[in-house]
Amino acid sequence: MNREQKDYILNFLEQGIRFDGRKLDEYRPIKIETGFSENAEGSAKVSIGDTIVLAGVKLSVGEPYPDTPNEGTMMINAELLPLSNPDFEPGPPGIQAIELARVVDRGIRESGSIDTKKLCIKKREKVWSITVDICPINDEGNLFDASTLAAVVALKNTKFPSYDGDVIDYKKKTKDSLPLKKLPVSCTVIKIDNYFIVDPTPEEEKKVDSRLTVEVEEDGTLCALQKGGDKPLTAEDIDKMVKIGIKKSKELRKLL
Amino acid sequence: MGKLLVEDKTIVTPGEELAEGMDFLPAEGTFREKDKIIASGLGLVSINGRLIKIISMTGRYIPKKDDTIIAKVTDILMSGWILDINSSYSAVLSVKESRDFIRRDADLTRYYDIDDYIITKIVMVTSQRLVDASMKGPGLRKLIGGRIIKVNSNKVPRIIGKRGSMVSMIKNATDCNIIVGQNGIVWIQGLPKNEIIVVKTIRKIEQEAHISGLTERIKTFLEKETNKKIVVEKVE
Amino acid sequence: MAYNKRIDGRKFDETRPIEARVGVIKNSDGSAYFKMGKTTAYAAVYGPRGIHPKFLQNPRNGKLRCFYNMMPFSSMGERVRPGANRRAKEIAMVTEKALLPVIDLTEFPNSVVDVFIELPQTDAGTRCAGICAASMALADAGIPMKDMVASVSVGRVDDKLVVDLDYSEESYENGTVADIPTAIISRTGEISLLQMDGKLSRDDLKKAIEMAKKACSKIDKIQRDALKKKYEVKNE
Repeated sequence: MNREQKDYILNFLEQGIRFDGRKLDEYRPIKIETGFSENAEGSAKVSIGDTIVLAGVKLSVGEPYPDTPNEGTMMINAELLPLSNPDFEPGPPGIQAIELARVVDRGIRESGSIDTKKLCIKKREKVWSITVDICPINDEGNLFDASTLAAVVALKNTKFPSYDGDVIDYKKKTKDSLPLKKLPVSCTVIKIDNYFIVDPTPEEEKKVDSRLTVEVEEDGTLCALQKGGDKPLTAEDIDKMVKIGIKKSKELRKLL
Repeated sequence: MGKLLVEDKTIVTPGEELAEGMDFLPAEGTFREKDKIIASGLGLVSINGRLIKIISMTGRYIPKKDDTIIAKVTDILMSGWILDINSSYSAVLSVKESRDFIRRDADLTRYYDIDDYIITKIVMVTSQRLVDASMKGPGLRKLIGGRIIKVNSNKVPRIIGKRGSMVSMIKNATDCNIIVGQNGIVWIQGLPKNEIIVVKTIRKIEQEAHISGLTERIKTFLEKETNKKIVVEKVE
Repeated sequence: MAYNKRIDGRKFDETRPIEARVGVIKNSDGSAYFKMGKTTAYAAVYGPRGIHPKFLQNPRNGKLRCFYNMMPFSSMGERVRPGANRRAKEIAMVTEKALLPVIDLTEFPNSVVDVFIELPQTDAGTRCAGICAASMALADAGIPMKDMVASVSVGRVDDKLVVDLDYSEESYENGTVADIPTAIISRTGEISLLQMDGKLSRDDLKKAIEMAKKACSKIDKIQRDALKKKYEVKNE
């Protein structure tokens, strides 16, 4: 991205609009569908503009971690499928995919969304194990927010399969949902020069100076933060971005 | 002897039979198998006398000699520049083909630097798809400022219009500079809110190019977006 | 005990309900969605594009590369660990071979056409759904193709020959099963994919192949209709 083109976007931001006509703090239209995979215990398809992300939840029974013998386990996995973007190459998850998975994980884990104690079947021996897999199918920017939303919605409509104490019958779903407490909402704010914008498109992502993903609980408490981008942020910047994040998360929460 | 099996201007899929008999001749996008002419891709049937061809509506840009394109400089060599031309093939612009005379020891980045966009012309495409470009010609130059969007290269003729009538209409309505490369790269420069209208209009043309009455619809759309009345000059 | 009624009540030569759509992944050069019963496949085509590393290039012809993957939450039962496993690699290879006979990449030396197949939900017949989606996606990408490919599994469940086995039939325990994925080239009826798990007599194989041809001819029509639907030429 040469300096001239970078400066060019500032002509737009100065006037309070972006290349696609949106305001600086405006999200693209968001659509949420649940249950696209009957085989998953829970699933959700989220689109933000043309970005489309699938998330699916699978449950299994296994041993707890030694340091949390009466708690269930949760893992979030993300793959940047080459299907979704000409720049993604086939192969094991690279650092971008790993960051995506870990940031989504942080928000869900730290907000205590899942009451993992209620996932205990037999202390020290058997607990429920939750795995959420995030698969983007079209990447038009802002995978962080779309993925968190998809993961949270998928968890929300997850139902336990039948379990007789020994074997899981995946074909029979019960009506029991996961023990969910608080649900985090993610808002990614990016800084270009002195402007803050949300929900960046790939064109905007290329011009990013720095980015802050803010995950927020219902009462406005922050439950995860991730700074990205090559340039540093001032404390003032961070406060401004967090303020925007909290405000937008309230709007996004209405979609849950 | 010959019989047409499809109507002109219909969409056909690969392998569909278009005509029977030796009267018709297979042109671009078709092939002959025994006495049948068959579509070799997805596209619009175009019948011109005895020639049947398929106009492709999709697919990446394939570089052709004499195309005027917008390219991005991706690398600089001793003897010239490597260009991304929105195709699976890059082009080479050699120092000899630049507009001005360049001394042997000159710093080439002073002319065109990495990530610069230029309007250039394709002068040769070899059988191995090595592409040579040239800046010698009217209007060929480096682009300063503005923004770049990618369009479906098959829609370029519709975006430009007959003798440039469509793109002129958009330029006049929005007061923007617009250059449409044959390779599907478009450069736009004007006031931000007008540039947004240009992009919306071009996307609309891309989506509706194959539906008749396009010019009228785009005229109405532009009038609504810009609140200005548009006079369309008749193009013979 | 004879298999007198299919587990889901279908006729023996009936496929599961099919849904086909084209142009579902905007970033790609061509894409399609193909659903057969519960088995759902997305296919996205990127190309022709440059291929790296250079030694993979073929100076005479473009290359076709297929990738197949089941999403971890796609199976009834335990989660499928992500990662290219041997099964996926083999399916990718036979998919490539099933599509190669109809595509023409002579115009794209040193380039590659990548086809990515992903399945969010599976219930047997995954490679067949993948090939059906891939064939549409390639046409949607404007790749020169002299025909299209449809794919379906046929086989035997106990004493009956059936079309489009679902998982419950593939894993049927009250009798022997033969599962035969096939791919048929539309105009010629030639077979570009043939594999079999299970036991079958020579006569039954002949009959099964004829059933596959009939089923594929119906699937072929659905694929072509989906392609045309995206590009319907409307007259206002």
